[in-house]
Amino acid sequence: MRARQTATVFARELASYFATPVAYVLIIIFLAASSAFTFYVGGFFQRGQADLASFFMFHPWLYLFLVPAVAMRLWAEERRAGTIELITTLPVGSFPLVLGKFLAAWAFCGIALLLTFPIWVTVNWLGSPDNGVIAMGYLGSWLVAGCFLALGSCMSAVTRNQVVAFVLGAALCFLFLMSGVDLVLAAFRSWAPGFLVDLVASFSLITHFTALSKGTLPLTTAIFILTLIGTALFVNKLLVDLKKAG
Amino acid sequence: MEQAVRLDQLSRRFGRFTAVDRMSFGVRQGEVVGFLGPNGAGKSTTMRMLAGFLTPTSGHAWIMGHDVEAQPLEARRAIGYLPEGAPLYGDMTPLALLRFVAAMRGMSSAQTRENIATAIERTDLAEVAYKPIETLSKGFKRRVGLAAAILHDPPVLILDEPTDGLDPNQKHEVRALIADMAADKAIIVSTHILEEVTAVCTRAIVIARGKLIADATPAQFQAYSEWHDAVALRLLPQQIETAIEALSDIPSIYEVKRMNHAADGHDLLVVPIQGERIASTVADRLLEAGVEIQDFRVETGRLDDVFRKLTTTQH
Repeated sequence: MRARQTATVFARELASYFATPVAYVLIIIFLAASSAFTFYVGGFFQRGQADLASFFMFHPWLYLFLVPAVAMRLWAEERRAGTIELITTLPVGSFPLVLGKFLAAWAFCGIALLLTFPIWVTVNWLGSPDNGVIAMGYLGSWLVAGCFLALGSCMSAVTRNQVVAFVLGAALCFLFLMSGVDLVLAAFRSWAPGFLVDLVASFSLITHFTALSKGTLPLTTAIFILTLIGTALFVNKLLVDLKKAG
Repeated sequence: MEQAVRLDQLSRRFGRFTAVDRMSFGVRQGEVVGFLGPNGAGKSTTMRMLAGFLTPTSGHAWIMGHDVEAQPLEARRAIGYLPEGAPLYGDMTPLALLRFVAAMRGMSSAQTRENIATAIERTDLAEVAYKPIETLSKGFKRRVGLAAAILHDPPVLILDEPTDGLDPNQKHEVRALIADMAADKAIIVSTHILEEVTAVCTRAIVIARGKLIADATPAQFQAYSEWHDAVALRLLPQQIETAIEALSDIPSIYEVKRMNHAADGHDLLVVPIQGERIASTVADRLLEAGVEIQDFRVETGRLDDVFRKLTTTQH
Protein backbone atom coordinates (compact mmCIF):
# COMPACT_ATOMS: atom_id res chain seq x y z
CA MET A 1 0.00 0.00 0.00
CA ARG A 2 2.73 2.43 1.00
CA ALA A 3 4.80 1.37 -1.98
CA ARG A 4 1.87 1.95 -4.31
CA GLN A 5 1.20 5.36 -2.76
CA THR A 6 4.87 6.27 -3.12
CA ALA A 7 4.79 5.17 -6.76
CA THR A 8 1.60 7.16 -7.37
CA VAL A 9 3.09 10.32 -5.90
CA PHE A 10 6.27 9.67 -7.88
CA ALA A 11 4.40 9.37 -11.17
CA ARG A 12 2.28 12.46 -10.57
CA GLU A 13 5.24 14.53 -9.49
CA LEU A 14 7.47 13.49 -12.39
CA ALA A 15 4.69 14.21 -14.89
CA SER A 16 4.13 17.62 -13.35
CA TYR A 17 7.78 18.55 -13.96
CA PHE A 18 7.24 18.16 -17.67
CA ALA A 19 3.88 19.92 -17.60
CA THR A 20 5.66 23.27 -17.25
CA PRO A 21 8.48 24.82 -19.27
CA VAL A 22 10.61 25.00 -16.12
CA ALA A 23 11.78 21.42 -16.58
CA TYR A 24 12.94 21.99 -20.13
CA VAL A 25 14.65 25.25 -19.22
CA LEU A 26 16.54 23.55 -16.40
CA ILE A 27 17.59 20.65 -18.59
CA ILE A 28 18.77 22.92 -21.39
CA ILE A 29 20.73 25.12 -18.99
CA PHE A 30 22.30 22.06 -17.42
CA LEU A 31 23.30 20.59 -20.77
CA ALA A 32 24.62 23.89 -22.14
CA ALA A 33 26.50 24.81 -18.98
CA SER A 34 28.00 21.37 -18.44
CA SER A 35 29.25 21.29 -22.03
CA ALA A 36 30.61 24.82 -21.83
CA PHE A 37 32.49 24.07 -18.62
CA THR A 38 33.84 20.80 -19.99
CA PHE A 39 35.26 22.29 -23.16
CA TYR A 40 36.21 25.84 -22.23
CA VAL A 41 37.06 25.74 -18.54
CA GLY A 42 37.90 22.09 -18.15
CA GLY A 43 39.99 21.99 -21.30
CA PHE A 44 38.55 18.70 -22.57
CA PHE A 45 40.64 18.67 -25.76
CA GLN A 46 43.80 20.27 -24.35
CA ARG A 47 44.12 17.58 -21.72
CA GLY A 48 44.52 15.00 -24.41
CA GLN A 49 43.09 12.25 -22.20
CA ALA A 50 40.19 9.97 -23.04
CA ASP A 51 38.20 10.46 -19.86
CA LEU A 52 35.38 12.63 -18.56
CA ALA A 53 37.14 14.11 -15.52
CA SER A 54 36.79 17.60 -16.93
CA PHE A 55 33.09 16.91 -17.44
CA PHE A 56 32.27 15.61 -13.96
CA MET A 57 34.52 18.08 -12.16
CA PHE A 58 32.03 20.92 -12.49
CA HIS A 59 28.88 19.01 -11.72
CA PRO A 60 28.71 19.78 -7.99
CA TRP A 61 29.02 23.48 -8.80
CA LEU A 62 26.29 23.37 -11.41
CA TYR A 63 24.10 21.40 -9.04
CA LEU A 64 24.57 24.06 -6.42
CA PHE A 65 22.22 26.27 -8.42
CA LEU A 66 20.23 23.89 -10.54
CA VAL A 67 19.28 21.27 -7.98
CA PRO A 68 17.74 23.71 -5.47
CA ALA A 69 15.77 25.04 -8.45
CA VAL A 70 14.46 21.52 -9.06
CA ALA A 71 13.71 20.97 -5.38
CA MET A 72 12.22 24.35 -4.49
CA ARG A 73 8.76 23.61 -5.81
CA LEU A 74 8.34 20.20 -4.19
CA TRP A 75 6.56 21.42 -1.04
CA ALA A 76 6.47 25.19 -1.35
CA GLU A 77 4.23 24.92 -4.40
CA GLU A 78 1.85 22.52 -2.64
CA ARG A 79 1.63 24.95 0.23
CA ARG A 80 1.11 27.98 -1.99
CA ALA A 81 -1.56 26.34 -4.13
CA GLY A 82 -3.21 24.75 -1.10
CA THR A 83 -3.00 21.29 -2.66
CA ILE A 84 -1.09 20.18 0.42
CA GLU A 85 -4.51 20.07 2.05
CA LEU A 86 -5.64 17.68 -0.67
CA ILE A 87 -2.80 15.17 -0.36
CA THR A 88 -2.26 15.24 3.38
CA THR A 89 -5.92 14.48 4.06
CA LEU A 90 -5.76 11.33 1.95
CA PRO A 91 -5.23 8.13 3.94
CA VAL A 92 -1.47 8.23 3.49
CA GLY A 93 1.35 8.83 5.96
CA SER A 94 3.68 11.69 5.20
CA PHE A 95 6.66 9.48 4.43
CA PRO A 96 5.32 8.05 1.16
CA LEU A 97 4.62 11.63 0.09
CA VAL A 98 8.12 12.82 0.99
CA LEU A 99 9.77 9.81 -0.61
CA GLY A 100 7.65 9.85 -3.77
CA LYS A 101 8.37 13.52 -4.36
CA PHE A 102 12.07 13.11 -3.69
CA LEU A 103 12.37 10.13 -6.02
CA ALA A 104 10.53 12.00 -8.76
CA ALA A 105 12.91 14.93 -8.50
CA TRP A 106 15.85 12.55 -8.41
CA ALA A 107 14.59 10.75 -11.50
CA PHE A 108 14.27 14.12 -13.18
CA CYS A 109 17.93 14.83 -12.40
CA GLY A 110 18.77 11.39 -13.72
CA ILE A 111 17.04 12.17 -16.99
CA ALA A 112 18.97 15.44 -17.30
CA LEU A 113 22.17 13.54 -16.60
CA LEU A 114 21.41 10.83 -19.16
CA LEU A 115 20.83 13.49 -21.77
CA THR A 116 24.54 14.34 -21.58
CA PHE A 117 25.23 11.05 -23.40
CA PRO A 118 26.68 12.81 -26.47
CA ILE A 119 29.78 13.62 -24.46
CA TRP A 120 30.18 9.97 -23.60
CA VAL A 121 29.78 9.09 -27.28
CA THR A 122 32.32 11.77 -28.16
CA VAL A 123 34.97 10.55 -25.77
CA ASN A 124 34.48 6.96 -26.93
CA TRP A 125 34.79 8.05 -30.51
CA LEU A 126 37.96 10.04 -29.87
CA GLY A 127 39.73 7.46 -27.76
CA SER A 128 39.18 4.40 -25.64
CA PRO A 129 38.27 5.59 -22.13
CA ASP A 130 37.66 3.38 -19.11
CA ASN A 131 33.88 3.20 -19.27
CA GLY A 132 33.73 1.74 -15.77
CA VAL A 133 35.22 4.94 -14.39
CA ILE A 134 32.78 6.97 -16.47
CA ALA A 135 29.85 4.92 -15.14
CA MET A 136 31.05 5.57 -11.59
CA GLY A 137 31.34 9.24 -12.45
CA TYR A 138 27.75 9.31 -13.57
CA LEU A 139 26.66 7.42 -10.47
CA GLY A 140 28.61 9.81 -8.25
CA SER A 141 27.19 12.82 -9.97
CA TRP A 142 23.69 11.46 -9.55
CA LEU A 143 24.30 10.70 -5.88
CA VAL A 144 25.53 14.24 -5.24
CA ALA A 145 22.40 15.53 -6.96
CA GLY A 146 20.38 13.27 -4.65
CA CYS A 147 22.05 14.76 -1.56
CA PHE A 148 21.36 18.28 -2.76
CA LEU A 149 17.77 17.36 -3.61
CA ALA A 150 17.09 15.90 -0.19
CA LEU A 151 18.46 19.08 1.40
CA GLY A 152 16.53 21.29 -1.01
CA SER A 153 13.31 19.34 -0.44
CA CYS A 154 13.72 19.91 3.29
CA MET A 155 14.05 23.64 2.78
CA SER A 156 11.06 23.61 0.45
CA ALA A 157 8.96 22.24 3.29
CA VAL A 158 9.64 25.19 5.57
CA THR A 159 8.14 27.85 3.35
CA ARG A 160 5.40 28.54 0.85
CA ASN A 161 7.67 30.84 -1.11
CA GLN A 162 9.70 29.10 -3.80
CA VAL A 163 12.34 31.84 -3.92
CA VAL A 164 12.98 31.49 -0.21
CA ALA A 165 13.10 27.72 -0.65
CA PHE A 166 15.65 28.12 -3.43
CA VAL A 167 17.93 30.47 -1.51
CA LEU A 168 17.81 28.38 1.67
CA GLY A 169 18.40 25.22 -0.34
CA ALA A 170 21.36 26.66 -2.22
CA ALA A 171 22.89 27.98 1.00
CA LEU A 172 22.56 24.62 2.73
CA CYS A 173 24.01 22.77 -0.26
CA PHE A 174 26.87 25.24 -0.36
CA LEU A 175 27.69 24.48 3.27
CA PHE A 176 27.83 20.76 2.59
CA LEU A 177 29.81 21.26 -0.56
CA MET A 178 32.37 23.55 1.02
CA SER A 179 32.73 21.97 4.43
CA GLY A 180 36.03 20.34 3.40
CA VAL A 181 37.57 23.60 2.31
CA ASP A 182 39.98 25.47 4.56
CA LEU A 183 37.83 28.57 4.44
CA VAL A 184 35.07 26.76 6.29
CA LEU A 185 37.27 24.57 8.44
CA ALA A 186 39.23 27.57 9.70
CA ALA A 187 36.04 28.91 11.20
CA PHE A 188 35.75 25.71 13.24
CA ARG A 189 39.42 25.13 14.03
CA SER A 190 39.68 28.17 16.23
CA TRP A 191 37.25 26.81 18.81
CA ALA A 192 36.11 23.29 18.03
CA PRO A 193 37.87 20.12 19.21
CA GLY A 194 39.76 18.15 16.61
CA PHE A 195 37.19 15.41 16.13
CA LEU A 196 34.51 17.98 15.34
CA VAL A 197 36.71 19.60 12.71
CA ASP A 198 37.29 16.18 11.20
CA LEU A 199 33.57 15.50 11.32
CA VAL A 200 32.76 18.72 9.50
CA ALA A 201 35.48 17.97 6.97
CA SER A 202 34.03 14.52 6.39
CA PHE A 203 30.70 16.13 5.46
CA SER A 204 32.31 17.60 2.39
CA LEU A 205 30.53 16.35 -0.68
CA ILE A 206 33.44 17.49 -2.85
CA THR A 207 35.78 15.05 -1.11
CA HIS A 208 33.34 12.19 -1.52
CA PHE A 209 32.55 13.09 -5.08
CA THR A 210 36.24 13.22 -6.04
CA ALA A 211 36.61 9.64 -4.88
CA LEU A 212 33.62 8.61 -6.96
CA SER A 213 34.75 10.35 -10.11
CA LYS A 214 38.02 8.47 -9.91
CA GLY A 215 36.02 5.29 -10.28
CA THR A 216 35.95 4.08 -6.69
CA LEU A 217 33.11 3.86 -4.24
CA PRO A 218 34.58 3.80 -0.74
CA LEU A 219 32.26 2.34 1.90
CA THR A 220 32.45 5.54 3.95
CA THR A 221 31.23 7.54 0.97
CA ALA A 222 28.34 5.19 0.29
CA ILE A 223 27.32 5.26 3.96
CA PHE A 224 27.74 9.00 4.16
CA ILE A 225 25.58 9.70 1.12
CA LEU A 226 22.81 7.30 2.09
CA THR A 227 22.81 8.65 5.65
CA LEU A 228 22.67 12.22 4.44
CA ILE A 229 19.75 11.53 2.10
CA GLY A 230 17.94 9.44 4.71
CA THR A 231 18.40 12.02 7.44
CA ALA A 232 17.31 14.89 5.21
CA LEU A 233 14.19 13.01 4.15
CA PHE A 234 13.38 12.16 7.74
CA VAL A 235 13.73 15.82 8.72
CA ASN A 236 11.60 16.65 5.69
CA LYS A 237 8.85 14.36 6.98
CA LEU A 238 9.09 15.94 10.43
CA LEU A 239 8.80 19.41 8.90
CA VAL A 240 5.70 18.39 6.95
CA ASP A 241 4.13 16.94 10.10
CA LEU A 242 5.20 19.88 12.20
CA LYS A 243 3.34 22.32 9.96
CA LYS A 244 0.12 20.54 10.87
CA ALA A 245 0.68 21.17 14.53
CA GLY A 246 2.28 24.60 14.12
CA MET B 1 -20.44 4.15 18.15
CA GLU B 2 -23.70 5.58 16.96
CA GLN B 3 -22.49 8.95 15.80
CA ALA B 4 -20.53 9.12 12.58
CA VAL B 5 -18.71 12.25 13.67
CA ARG B 6 -18.14 13.22 17.25
CA LEU B 7 -16.21 16.14 18.69
CA ASP B 8 -15.36 16.36 22.33
CA GLN B 9 -13.96 19.62 23.65
CA LEU B 10 -12.00 19.99 20.44
CA SER B 11 -9.73 23.04 20.59
CA ARG B 12 -7.08 24.58 18.40
CA ARG B 13 -4.82 27.47 19.26
CA PHE B 14 -2.45 29.34 16.95
CA GLY B 15 0.03 30.92 19.30
CA ARG B 16 -2.12 32.92 21.69
CA PHE B 17 -5.10 33.01 19.36
CA THR B 18 -7.78 30.42 20.06
CA ALA B 19 -9.33 29.54 16.70
CA VAL B 20 -11.54 26.75 18.00
CA ASP B 21 -12.58 26.71 21.62
CA ARG B 22 -13.83 23.48 23.23
CA MET B 23 -16.16 22.49 20.44
CA SER B 24 -18.40 19.51 21.14
CA PHE B 25 -21.13 18.05 18.99
CA GLY B 26 -22.04 14.91 17.11
CA VAL B 27 -23.40 14.13 13.68
CA ARG B 28 -25.36 11.00 12.81
CA GLN B 29 -25.65 9.24 9.51
CA GLY B 30 -28.47 10.80 7.49
CA GLU B 31 -27.89 14.26 8.88
CA VAL B 32 -26.74 17.23 6.84
CA VAL B 33 -25.30 19.75 9.22
CA GLY B 34 -24.88 23.34 8.11
CA PHE B 35 -21.84 24.82 9.74
CA LEU B 36 -22.42 28.54 9.99
CA GLY B 37 -20.39 31.40 11.26
CA PRO B 38 -18.80 34.67 10.23
CA ASN B 39 -15.45 34.60 8.47
CA GLY B 40 -12.73 33.72 10.92
CA ALA B 41 -15.15 32.04 13.31
CA GLY B 42 -13.22 28.78 13.17
CA LYS B 43 -15.28 26.82 10.65
CA SER B 44 -12.37 25.85 8.43
CA THR B 45 -10.08 25.15 11.37
CA THR B 46 -12.64 22.75 12.84
CA MET B 47 -13.10 21.00 9.51
CA ARG B 48 -9.35 20.79 8.96
CA MET B 49 -8.96 19.06 12.31
CA LEU B 50 -11.68 16.58 11.41
CA ALA B 51 -10.05 15.91 8.05
CA GLY B 52 -6.62 15.45 9.63
CA PHE B 53 -4.93 18.46 8.07
CA LEU B 54 -4.42 20.16 11.43
CA THR B 55 -3.82 18.44 14.75
CA PRO B 56 -5.99 19.56 17.66
CA THR B 57 -4.30 21.43 20.48
CA SER B 58 -6.57 19.66 22.93
CA GLY B 59 -9.74 17.60 22.91
CA HIS B 60 -10.71 14.74 20.64
CA ALA B 61 -12.62 13.99 17.50
CA TRP B 62 -13.80 10.64 16.16
CA ILE B 63 -14.79 9.76 12.62
CA MET B 64 -16.80 6.53 12.49
CA GLY B 65 -15.28 5.70 15.86
CA HIS B 66 -11.69 6.37 14.81
CA ASP B 67 -9.79 9.01 16.74
CA VAL B 68 -8.42 11.52 14.22
CA GLU B 69 -5.10 11.72 16.07
CA ALA B 70 -4.58 8.14 17.23
CA GLN B 71 -5.91 6.43 14.07
CA PRO B 72 -5.46 9.09 11.42
CA LEU B 73 -5.44 6.77 8.40
CA GLU B 74 -8.60 4.90 9.41
CA ALA B 75 -10.35 8.21 10.12
CA ARG B 76 -9.26 9.67 6.77
CA ARG B 77 -10.43 6.57 4.92
CA ALA B 78 -13.95 7.25 6.19
CA ILE B 79 -13.91 10.90 5.14
CA GLY B 80 -14.49 12.69 1.89
CA TYR B 81 -13.09 16.16 2.33
CA LEU B 82 -13.42 19.22 0.14
CA PRO B 83 -10.95 21.83 1.36
CA GLU B 84 -11.86 25.51 1.26
CA GLY B 85 -11.42 26.86 -2.26
CA ALA B 86 -11.11 23.32 -3.64
CA PRO B 87 -7.33 23.35 -4.27
CA LEU B 88 -6.38 21.04 -7.16
CA TYR B 89 -3.37 20.28 -9.33
CA GLY B 90 -3.93 22.64 -12.24
CA ASP B 91 -1.72 20.72 -14.64
CA MET B 92 -3.79 17.54 -14.34
CA THR B 93 -7.05 16.72 -16.05
CA PRO B 94 -10.05 15.87 -13.86
CA LEU B 95 -9.72 12.26 -14.96
CA ALA B 96 -6.01 12.09 -14.07
CA LEU B 97 -6.68 13.72 -10.72
CA LEU B 98 -9.44 11.26 -9.88
CA ARG B 99 -7.17 8.37 -10.90
CA PHE B 100 -4.48 9.78 -8.64
CA VAL B 101 -6.87 10.00 -5.69
CA ALA B 102 -8.19 6.49 -6.42
CA ALA B 103 -4.66 5.06 -6.44
CA MET B 104 -3.77 6.89 -3.23
CA ARG B 105 -6.89 5.42 -1.64
CA GLY B 106 -5.79 1.97 -2.71
CA MET B 107 -8.65 1.15 -5.09
CA SER B 108 -8.34 -1.75 -7.48
CA SER B 109 -8.49 -0.91 -11.16
CA ALA B 110 -12.04 -2.20 -11.58
CA GLN B 111 -13.13 -0.24 -8.53
CA THR B 112 -11.30 2.83 -9.85
CA ARG B 113 -13.10 2.66 -13.17
CA GLU B 114 -16.49 2.21 -11.58
CA ASN B 115 -16.07 4.86 -8.90
CA ILE B 116 -14.68 7.43 -11.31
CA ALA B 117 -17.57 6.85 -13.68
CA THR B 118 -20.04 7.33 -10.83
CA ALA B 119 -18.32 10.43 -9.47
CA ILE B 120 -18.06 12.03 -12.91
CA GLU B 121 -21.69 11.33 -13.57
CA ARG B 122 -22.83 12.66 -10.21
CA THR B 123 -20.84 15.88 -10.57
CA ASP B 124 -21.57 16.18 -14.29
CA LEU B 125 -17.93 16.44 -15.34
CA ALA B 126 -17.96 14.31 -18.48
CA GLU B 127 -17.55 17.23 -20.87
CA VAL B 128 -14.38 18.50 -19.18
CA ALA B 129 -12.84 15.20 -18.08
CA TYR B 130 -9.90 15.57 -20.48
CA LYS B 131 -9.20 19.29 -20.11
CA PRO B 132 -6.46 20.57 -17.80
CA ILE B 133 -8.01 21.71 -14.52
CA GLU B 134 -6.36 25.13 -14.69
CA THR B 135 -8.38 25.95 -17.82
CA LEU B 136 -11.72 25.14 -16.18
CA SER B 137 -14.22 27.60 -14.76
CA LYS B 138 -14.60 28.01 -11.03
CA GLY B 139 -17.80 25.98 -11.03
CA PHE B 140 -16.15 23.03 -12.74
CA LYS B 141 -13.12 23.21 -10.46
CA ARG B 142 -15.37 23.05 -7.44
CA ARG B 143 -17.13 20.05 -8.93
CA VAL B 144 -13.81 18.31 -9.59
CA GLY B 145 -12.97 18.82 -5.91
CA LEU B 146 -16.35 17.44 -4.99
CA ALA B 147 -15.86 14.44 -7.27
CA ALA B 148 -12.53 13.73 -5.58
CA ALA B 149 -14.22 13.95 -2.18
CA ILE B 150 -17.05 11.52 -2.99
CA LEU B 151 -14.91 9.17 -5.09
CA HIS B 152 -14.66 6.43 -2.47
CA ASP B 153 -18.29 6.81 -1.39
CA PRO B 154 -17.31 7.73 2.17
CA PRO B 155 -19.73 7.52 5.10
CA VAL B 156 -18.67 11.01 6.20
CA LEU B 157 -18.46 14.06 3.98
CA ILE B 158 -16.87 17.30 5.10
CA LEU B 159 -17.36 20.08 2.61
CA ASP B 160 -15.83 23.49 3.26
CA GLU B 161 -17.88 26.09 1.40
CA PRO B 162 -18.82 23.84 -1.52
CA THR B 163 -20.93 26.53 -3.19
CA ASP B 164 -18.74 29.56 -2.54
CA GLY B 165 -18.21 31.54 -5.71
CA LEU B 166 -20.62 29.52 -7.83
CA ASP B 167 -23.44 31.04 -9.84
CA PRO B 168 -27.03 30.35 -8.75
CA ASN B 169 -27.47 27.44 -11.16
CA GLN B 170 -24.26 25.77 -10.05
CA LYS B 171 -25.22 26.31 -6.43
CA HIS B 172 -28.49 24.61 -7.10
CA GLU B 173 -26.73 21.63 -8.69
CA VAL B 174 -24.30 21.22 -5.82
CA ARG B 175 -27.13 21.42 -3.31
CA ALA B 176 -29.10 18.84 -5.25
CA LEU B 177 -26.06 16.58 -5.19
CA ILE B 178 -25.66 16.97 -1.43
CA ALA B 179 -29.35 16.30 -0.86
CA ASP B 180 -29.05 13.25 -3.10
CA MET B 181 -26.24 11.76 -1.03
CA ALA B 182 -27.68 12.72 2.34
CA ALA B 183 -29.62 9.57 3.15
CA ASP B 184 -26.75 7.27 4.06
CA LYS B 185 -24.02 9.73 4.95
CA ALA B 186 -23.14 12.15 7.68
CA ILE B 187 -22.46 15.45 5.94
CA ILE B 188 -21.04 18.66 7.34
CA VAL B 189 -21.26 21.66 5.04
CA SER B 190 -19.77 24.98 5.99
CA THR B 191 -21.25 28.07 4.49
CA HIS B 192 -22.04 31.65 5.18
CA ILE B 193 -24.93 31.60 2.79
CA LEU B 194 -28.01 31.22 4.93
CA GLU B 195 -30.40 30.11 2.24
CA GLU B 196 -28.23 27.02 1.94
CA VAL B 197 -29.24 25.94 5.40
CA THR B 198 -32.92 25.87 4.59
CA ALA B 199 -32.16 24.37 1.17
CA VAL B 200 -30.15 21.30 2.19
CA CYS B 201 -29.54 21.04 5.91
CA THR B 202 -31.37 19.04 8.51
CA ARG B 203 -29.55 20.86 11.25
CA ALA B 204 -27.54 24.03 11.65
CA ILE B 205 -24.67 24.76 13.97
CA VAL B 206 -23.67 28.35 14.44
CA ILE B 207 -20.22 29.18 15.69
CA ALA B 208 -18.56 32.49 16.48
CA ARG B 209 -15.10 33.21 17.81
CA GLY B 210 -14.37 29.50 17.91
CA LYS B 211 -17.30 28.65 20.14
CA LEU B 212 -20.46 26.74 19.37
CA ILE B 213 -23.31 29.11 20.09
CA ALA B 214 -26.37 27.48 18.55
CA ASP B 215 -27.32 24.03 17.39
CA ALA B 216 -30.85 23.68 16.03
CA THR B 217 -32.92 22.51 13.10
CA PRO B 218 -33.66 24.96 10.30
CA ALA B 219 -37.31 24.92 11.43
CA GLN B 220 -36.24 26.06 14.87
CA PHE B 221 -34.15 28.78 13.31
CA GLN B 222 -37.07 29.78 11.17
CA ALA B 223 -39.12 30.33 14.27
CA TYR B 224 -37.09 33.50 14.52
CA SER B 225 -38.02 34.49 11.02
CA GLU B 226 -41.16 36.19 12.27
CA TRP B 227 -38.83 39.13 12.55
CA HIS B 228 -38.95 39.40 8.83
CA ASP B 229 -40.71 42.62 7.84
CA ALA B 230 -41.68 43.24 11.42
CA VAL B 231 -41.87 46.88 12.40
CA ALA B 232 -40.06 48.16 15.44
CA LEU B 233 -41.34 51.41 16.91
CA ARG B 234 -40.04 53.97 19.34
CA LEU B 235 -42.88 55.90 20.88
CA LEU B 236 -43.52 58.33 23.68
CA PRO B 237 -44.00 56.25 26.84
CA GLN B 238 -47.49 57.60 27.53
CA GLN B 239 -48.69 56.68 24.02
CA ILE B 240 -47.65 53.03 24.01
CA GLU B 241 -51.01 51.74 25.19
CA THR B 242 -52.82 53.89 22.63
CA ALA B 243 -50.66 52.46 19.89
CA ILE B 244 -51.30 48.86 20.94
CA GLU B 245 -55.01 49.64 20.92
CA ALA B 246 -54.84 51.24 17.47
CA LEU B 247 -53.03 48.24 15.97
CA SER B 248 -55.16 45.59 17.61
CA ASP B 249 -57.63 44.90 14.80
CA ILE B 250 -55.44 44.81 11.69
CA PRO B 251 -55.82 41.33 10.13
CA SER B 252 -52.32 41.23 8.65
CA ILE B 253 -50.73 41.69 12.05
CA TYR B 254 -49.83 38.53 13.89
CA GLU B 255 -48.93 40.12 17.18
CA VAL B 256 -47.71 43.28 18.84
CA LYS B 257 -44.89 42.68 21.25
CA ARG B 258 -43.45 44.98 23.84
CA MET B 259 -39.71 45.37 23.48
CA ASN B 260 -37.12 46.14 26.03
CA HIS B 261 -36.47 49.82 25.42
CA ALA B 262 -33.21 49.75 27.32
CA ALA B 263 -31.81 47.04 25.11
CA ASP B 264 -32.77 48.21 21.67
CA GLY B 265 -34.21 51.71 21.91
CA HIS B 266 -37.58 50.51 20.61
CA ASP B 267 -40.78 49.97 22.55
CA LEU B 268 -42.98 47.88 20.32
CA LEU B 269 -42.44 45.19 17.74
CA VAL B 270 -45.28 44.70 15.31
CA VAL B 271 -45.00 41.24 13.82
CA PRO B 272 -46.88 40.56 10.59
CA ILE B 273 -48.48 37.31 9.53
CA GLN B 274 -45.83 35.60 7.49
CA GLY B 275 -45.40 37.13 4.06
CA GLU B 276 -47.43 40.27 4.78
CA ARG B 277 -46.00 43.73 4.47
CA ILE B 278 -47.42 46.00 7.11
CA ALA B 279 -45.18 49.05 7.23
CA SER B 280 -47.56 51.55 5.59
CA THR B 281 -50.66 50.14 7.32
CA VAL B 282 -48.99 50.50 10.68
CA ALA B 283 -47.81 54.00 9.91
CA ASP B 284 -51.25 55.11 8.69
CA ARG B 285 -53.07 53.61 11.66
CA LEU B 286 -50.73 55.19 14.20
CA LEU B 287 -50.97 58.62 12.60
CA GLU B 288 -54.76 58.33 12.56
CA ALA B 289 -54.72 57.55 16.24
CA GLY B 290 -52.53 60.58 16.84
CA VAL B 291 -49.53 58.59 18.00
CA GLU B 292 -46.23 60.33 17.52
CA ILE B 293 -43.72 57.98 15.91
CA GLN B 294 -40.22 58.71 17.12
CA ASP B 295 -38.54 55.94 15.24
CA PHE B 296 -39.82 53.44 12.75
CA ARG B 297 -37.72 50.51 11.59
CA VAL B 298 -38.69 47.71 9.27
CA GLU B 299 -36.81 44.60 10.27
CA THR B 300 -35.14 42.93 7.34
CA GLY B 301 -33.52 39.56 7.37
CA ARG B 302 -34.84 36.26 8.39
CA LEU B 303 -32.05 33.83 9.14
CA ASP B 304 -29.43 36.48 8.65
CA ASP B 305 -31.00 38.44 11.45
CA VAL B 306 -30.86 35.40 13.67
CA PHE B 307 -27.36 34.73 12.47
CA ARG B 308 -26.23 38.26 13.22
CA LYS B 309 -27.79 38.28 16.63
CA LEU B 310 -26.24 34.95 17.46
CA THR B 311 -22.80 35.78 16.20
CA THR B 312 -22.40 39.38 17.30
CA THR B 313 -24.03 39.59 20.72
CA GLN B 314 -21.99 36.90 22.39
CA HIS B 315 -18.70 37.51 24.09
